[in-house]
Amino acid sequence: MQSLLLHPLAKPVLFVAALLPLTLLVIGVVQHTLGPNPAEALIRSLGDWTLRFLCLTLAITPLRQLTGLAAVARLRRMLGLFTAFYASMHFSAYAVFDMGLVWGDIVRDVAKRPFILVGTAAFLLLLPLAATSFNRAIRWLGAERWQMLHRAVYAVALLAILHFFWMRAGKRNFGEVMVYAAIVGVLLGWRVARKAAGARYLMKLGNHVAKG
Amino acid sequence: MLLPRDRGFVHPIASEITPLTAFNARRRWLAAAGAMALWGPRAAWPQANTAPHGAALPGARSAVPGAVTMDKPTLMADATGYNNFYEFGTDKSDPAEHAHTLKTRPWTVSIEGAVKKPATFGIDDLLKLAPMEERVYRLRCVEGWSMVIPWVGYSLAELIRKVEPTGNAKYLQFVTLADRAQMPGLRSSVLDWPYVEGLRIDEAMHPLTLLTFGMYGQVLPNQNGAPLRLVVPWKYGFKSGKSLVRIRFVEQQPATSWSLAAPQEYGFYSNVNPKVDHPRWSQATERRLGESDLFAKKRPTLMFNGYEAQVGSLYAGMDLKKWF
Repeated sequence: MQSLLLHPLAKPVLFVAALLPLTLLVIGVVQHTLGPNPAEALIRSLGDWTLRFLCLTLAITPLRQLTGLAAVARLRRMLGLFTAFYASMHFSAYAVFDMGLVWGDIVRDVAKRPFILVGTAAFLLLLPLAATSFNRAIRWLGAERWQMLHRAVYAVALLAILHFFWMRAGKRNFGEVMVYAAIVGVLLGWRVARKAAGARYLMKLGNHVAKG
Repeated sequence: MLLPRDRGFVHPIASEITPLTAFNARRRWLAAAGAMALWGPRAAWPQANTAPHGAALPGARSAVPGAVTMDKPTLMADATGYNNFYEFGTDKSDPAEHAHTLKTRPWTVSIEGAVKKPATFGIDDLLKLAPMEERVYRLRCVEGWSMVIPWVGYSLAELIRKVEPTGNAKYLQFVTLADRAQMPGLRSSVLDWPYVEGLRIDEAMHPLTLLTFGMYGQVLPNQNGAPLRLVVPWKYGFKSGKSLVRIRFVEQQPATSWSLAAPQEYGFYSNVNPKVDHPRWSQATERRLGESDLFAKKRPTLMFNGYEAQVGSLYAGMDLKKWF
């Protein structure tokens, strides 16, 4: 497994795979197979894929810690960038197909609809993370500050779930929302639990030292 | 100055209008040819071919002012494959997928309340009650999309006159079927079942209010509200109840499902009005489905969905922001 992940083709393969959803959507547009409301189908599908890539990105660290496969971390940056990429496509599709790219209308709509506001906030919060994903940015910021900044992805995940929840609230159709909320809950909960366990361990260690 | 009452609905000579069947056949042919050219034989099954085929139910072209819009009709496949009919699920594709379980025969509609001749009509009696007319109406959904659909039916007024409302009949409530055995969507708590809607009696008597039995020259497909439904073209689509089983004539404004579920968002009147926004989105524009260019601008929504000349007088002096 480790050698597969370290294979020079691992990243190119992931890159191509991550572009597949977009490719299929473009084919759908050209072939007219997205149903009677292709604009709506596009916007929603791009949103779904943003959420899926976000979950995949957040799954990398728990996966590494659980399996000890350090090499999965190689893929984290690309998955994170694809999350930002699909988020940009999702927002652009909304701005172009729903709003006709009239910026005044977009601003009014963002202010008017809470779920749009929350989605836009999540998107804007993702942008600085995508912009500081390269190695030199990490050096500029210093590892600690960089990590602080990139913890914003947890807020993005919560906002994204809220965005999806509110969007479905009109029809009280929460089945899918609950699935994503559970996944994000486990992925974030894992981090909290680990941190708490780590703190307990350190405290115990401290007691031992003090007694010793 | 002489202005025709149905301003904006001036019709050319009838023989110049392409029959719907020919129109749809051409569209299908073009879509198929286009798909073939782009993607080869794999793509030779465009969606246009997936429209259901029901028994024929022809209607004579309606003479009611405003009843035949010149807007290009939506493809039947779109009008029968993209529906809000929550009794069969909340996704737009759910009704087409699940409504086959609906049994439309035998079917009765009971007329109750403030009428001199309460009665229960069988569906076959209703089909014969008045001559069938074809009416091409714009349909504007409160969600911001629209279609143009050739319906078949007759003015609800025909039925209302038969049962002779009393002076106490100020409103009509329309009760639709709610049967768990036939309708999988009833397990969802999105609305209280059965789905109920209502109209003021003058709205119900308006000749444009259509008791509808068919569309595209065929009996209604199940997903569109078989065997009979209401179509009120100047109101948002949800005002037009599907699969009706009971009509009650009442004195007080009746409960309606969406105004019960979200009273701040959906009023009793729910007239199409570009100047009164839904609390969560603008109603100023709409996406006409089937205007296939993805980059086509949305079109402006018209007051009373373009039927202002015919129905505007029903609301003279009313504050439409208050009575939304």
